[in-house]
Formats: sequence, structure tokens, C-alpha cells
Amino acid sequence: MGKIILRNVNKSFGATQVIPGIDLTIEDGEFVVFVGPSGCGKSTLLRLIAGLEDTTSGTIEIDGRDVTKAAPAKRGLAMVFQSYALYPHMTVKNNIAFPLKMAKVSPDVIEKKVTEAARVLNLTNYLERRPGQLSGGQRQRVAIGRAIVREPSAFLFDEPLSNLDAALRGTMRLEISELHQQLKTTMIYVTHDQVEAMTMADKIVVLNAGNIEQVGSPLDLYNKPDNLFVAGFIGSPRMNFVKGKAAEPYRAPTVGIRPEHLRLSTESGTWRGVVGVAEHLGSDTFLHVNVEDVGMVTVRAGGDFAVTHGDTVYLTPDENRIHRFDDKGLAIR
Amino acid sequence: MARAVSTRRMAVATIAAWIVALIIFFPILYTIITSLKSEPEAIQGFNLIPSFTLESYVTVQTQRDYFKPFMNSVVLSVGSTLLALLVAVPAAWSMAFSPTNRTKDILMWMLSTKMMPAVAVLVPIYLIFRDTGLLDTRLGLTIMLTLINLPIVVWMLYTYFREIPGEILEAARMDGATLWGEIVYVLAPMAVPGIASTMLLNIILAWNEAFWTIRLTTTNAAPLTAFIASFSSPQGLFWAKLSAASTLAIAPILIMGWFSQKQLVRGLTFGAVK
Repeated sequence: MGKIILRNVNKSFGATQVIPGIDLTIEDGEFVVFVGPSGCGKSTLLRLIAGLEDTTSGTIEIDGRDVTKAAPAKRGLAMVFQSYALYPHMTVKNNIAFPLKMAKVSPDVIEKKVTEAARVLNLTNYLERRPGQLSGGQRQRVAIGRAIVREPSAFLFDEPLSNLDAALRGTMRLEISELHQQLKTTMIYVTHDQVEAMTMADKIVVLNAGNIEQVGSPLDLYNKPDNLFVAGFIGSPRMNFVKGKAAEPYRAPTVGIRPEHLRLSTESGTWRGVVGVAEHLGSDTFLHVNVEDVGMVTVRAGGDFAVTHGDTVYLTPDENRIHRFDDKGLAIR
Repeated sequence: MARAVSTRRMAVATIAAWIVALIIFFPILYTIITSLKSEPEAIQGFNLIPSFTLESYVTVQTQRDYFKPFMNSVVLSVGSTLLALLVAVPAAWSMAFSPTNRTKDILMWMLSTKMMPAVAVLVPIYLIFRDTGLLDTRLGLTIMLTLINLPIVVWMLYTYFREIPGEILEAARMDGATLWGEIVYVLAPMAVPGIASTMLLNIILAWNEAFWTIRLTTTNAAPLTAFIASFSSPQGLFWAKLSAASTLAIAPILIMGWFSQKQLVRGLTFGAVK
């Protein structure tokens, strides 16, 4: 079980308020991702749940038990750190066994659990090595192994993949998702990478300056962003925002259109523009088009769309996929 | 750094390194050579080939007992080092792991005491020692050496402890380690190399300390530094005996330094090179 409820959780460092008061419910078994730009308080929020930081006010409940004042070890959570935080002087085996040893589990049970975790994580051949002798991906797996053996009520991940190279990050992302499918344990995952958030999460919590901007499933956030921040943060490349005269026909101060929701033509369309940079990715082409009265607009085109710098193109927004925002940046529905 | 180094350049560099090493080592070498000369030979002037007589060593041992100052040196250097660690480990610990706004200032202040000339406080300290009966006692000198080297010990340990990533301690806390478990299983194994090299360096510093040990002792607590100095007066200078005494005094620490050089170099460059 791992249902976590935050009630008006507030955190200040001295006079600086990092988290002004958050209410959030995380259901048992859910994969929740905290996403936001750096400095938005997502790591702090995770550390508050872990018990590594004390809340200034508010309460944290895990499975109906108030753990606000409980020590980290008493919360039944396991954490995987960005730097892996393995014990450099211990072998892989002892690293994984450490939490069990601290819990005074009997040696034969430890042996069994470590062997099982190593098998799941493909670490069987590395058990006698030290962390220094492992690659980044293997170290991360050891860190995950150390978390698994405790059988925690929830896993906390603090940007676990940001020290890995792009290819490995993709693989590890799948492995963690796979692990969640197997264990069905609550996972809270912090990242600044919206692709990780979109691909892994059951529920995304978008944070900005310590505030929750929106909570929802990846597709909810993509299709129905509550405000300009979420609209701009979720989706890659970023949503185009159109203001002023060009937005008037759509009866809103600000209009947002995703690059994939613009129809592209070389003959006719709503907006006329000149192609700046064209990024050919093979599967897609991203065009940065300079449109009069609108500004720079990013458009997604097919991989074989033949166009070069300086060409004139026409763009037509898909009326059904337009996002409208009021003066305060909130969505008009 | 993959750079092709020609054999000739390598040879030149090696020879240059040997020359520099020889120049640095020469005073010690010449002391050893002189100690193996007879007294008339020693005053004759520069001469690299001694007659290999051990008479100076024999005289030194019969005139004054080497063993007593040697034991004093051991007790003072080891004692002051242990005492310094006892104070410095918790101090450096708290400064490294829970620093406050004033931590940097305190560290700088401690270091600044090392910049003061020792002579400036000689009279007050001498008077305090005289009035408290600490003059020429092992206890008094141990305290003195502890206080002198404490800033360096705290600094060294502080830089060591700073290198231990906080996340590892947090991981241990998440893994259910109690404070005691955290110290025994995680912190101590990671800190021991640092503490060991600090200890080695401090023993050497304390062993070599001459200013206070000569001035605050006469016979009872006099360590080897005072033992050497006693050969320069008042009967006049006896170069061969003085050299023999010096060789005897530095031999233990040289041997120790030789065996622990790897630890020492690591300790001194720790944090500077990553």
C-alpha cells in the first residue's frame, strides 16, 4: 500500500518560501511525475515526502498515518538519488543488502532477496564489484536494487536519469516503467524532462515556483492545459503563442497552437511566412517560420517536406485544436 | 593526456628530477655523512667521503641517553595528535555537514592564528607554564603541541569531510540507518583514509616542532629536537656529534614518512585533484 496525501504542505528556507502550500493526493500504485523547470521546488517536495527536509507547516500522510514528524527510515519509502549515492566502499552485494542489514533481517533472507533483486536487474555478475567499477547505467540499477529489496510502500526517484547519456536514458526509462508494471508500487518521480514525464507517468504534477499548476494524465495536460505555463511546458517542440491582432479572430487575448496542429502549404493558408531554420530529423521536419504580425512560429512537417531557408509557406491553424487563454493566462473553455 | 614523449626528453627530465631531488635531500645526506666522520675530520671542511667511524654515535649515546628524548618525542607527537583529533574530528564534522553563516569565518580565524609569530606569545605562555607547573612536563608540551597544530588538523579534516557527498548520508538515512549505523557503516569507512593521513602529517609536524619544545623543556620532557640542540652548547660545536644526534633524531620520522608517503601525498592533495 502506498497512498500519500499532502495537506497544505508549506516549506520555507529562512525567509524564502519555496513551497507556499500544496494539497495533493497520490493514489496507491500510481506512477506520479513531478515536472517543472529547475528551481520550481519539485525536488524539495520529494525530499519533504521522504523526510529529508522538515515541513514548515502542513501534514503528510502515508496510508492514513501522519508521518509529518517521522524520521525518513520510519516512512517505509525508498529513494533513488540523481548521483546514485551508492556506498563506494561496499560491494554491489553489500550496497543492495544495506537496508536489510539495517532492518536486522536474517542473513539467509538477505542473501535470497539480494540474489533475486540482482537477477531482476541483471546485476548477478557484478555482485562482488564496487560501484567505482560499474558504468553509469549499472550504478543506477544498483541504486534501484537497493530500493527494491526494502519492499517500500512507495519509491521516490530524484532525477535518476539525468546523469546518463541519451541512449541509456531511453533504455532506463523503459526499465523503470517495466518495473512499475511488475511491482505495482506507488512511484514518485521527479524530472525536468517533459518527455520522461509524458512517457512514464500515470499522473503528472506540473510545478512552477512551488505551486502546482495542474495535475492530470499526460494526455489531459497535452489536450487541455489549464494555463499558459502548462501549455508551454508540456509538448515538444513548444506550443506557439499568438497575441494581439493575429489572435483577435479567435476571440481571445492569447491563442496557443501546437506545431503539429498547423497545416502547411506552399500555395495558400491563413498566415503567410518565410522559412527560417528547417530542422530535418528524418521522421519529422521542424520549420521555424517568420510570420508577419505573429512572429516566429514552429511547425511540424513530414520528414520529406522539401523546403529551405527563405522559402515562402502558408500556415493554417487547426480550428479544433486551438487553445485560448484569457488576460491572466488561464484557459478559456 | 596523450602526448608522445621522446626517449631523449624523458631521459633529460629524469636526470633533472634526480638533480632536484638530490639538492633537496643533500642537507640530510651531508648530516649523515658528517655523523660518520671523526671530530677532527668534521671541522676540516667540505668532504663527502667520511672515514665511516661510529665513534660519534657511541659518544652521543654514552654522554646523553638517546632513549629518553626519543620516548618523549613519541609520547608528545602521538599524544598531541590523538588529542588534536579528539577535538578536531567533531569540529570539522559539524563545520562540513551543518555549516552556519559563520563557519568560513571561524575557519579563517583558526588559520590566522598560524600566521602569528610564535615569539610574540612566548613570554605569556612561558609565564603561564611556570605558574601552573607545566614547564618541562610531557603533559604541558602535549597540550602546547595540540593547540599549535589544531588549526591545520581541523582544516585538513574539514576538506576531507567536505568531499563526502551529503546524498550518501541521506541514502543511509533512507535505508534505515540510525545515527550510529550511519557513522559506523558509512561515514567512518569513508573518512578513515582522511583521518589517517591527517594523523600521519600531524605526527610529523609535532615530531619536528622545535621552537616550543626547546623553550619549554630542560631535561624531563625534552624530545629529540631539544636533544639535538643540546649538542651545540656550551662546550662549543661538535659537528660530528651534532650530526650523529640529528641523524638519530630524524631517522624514525624519515622511516615512517617513507612507508607512508603514498598516504601522505594523497592526504595533502586530496580535494585539489579530482
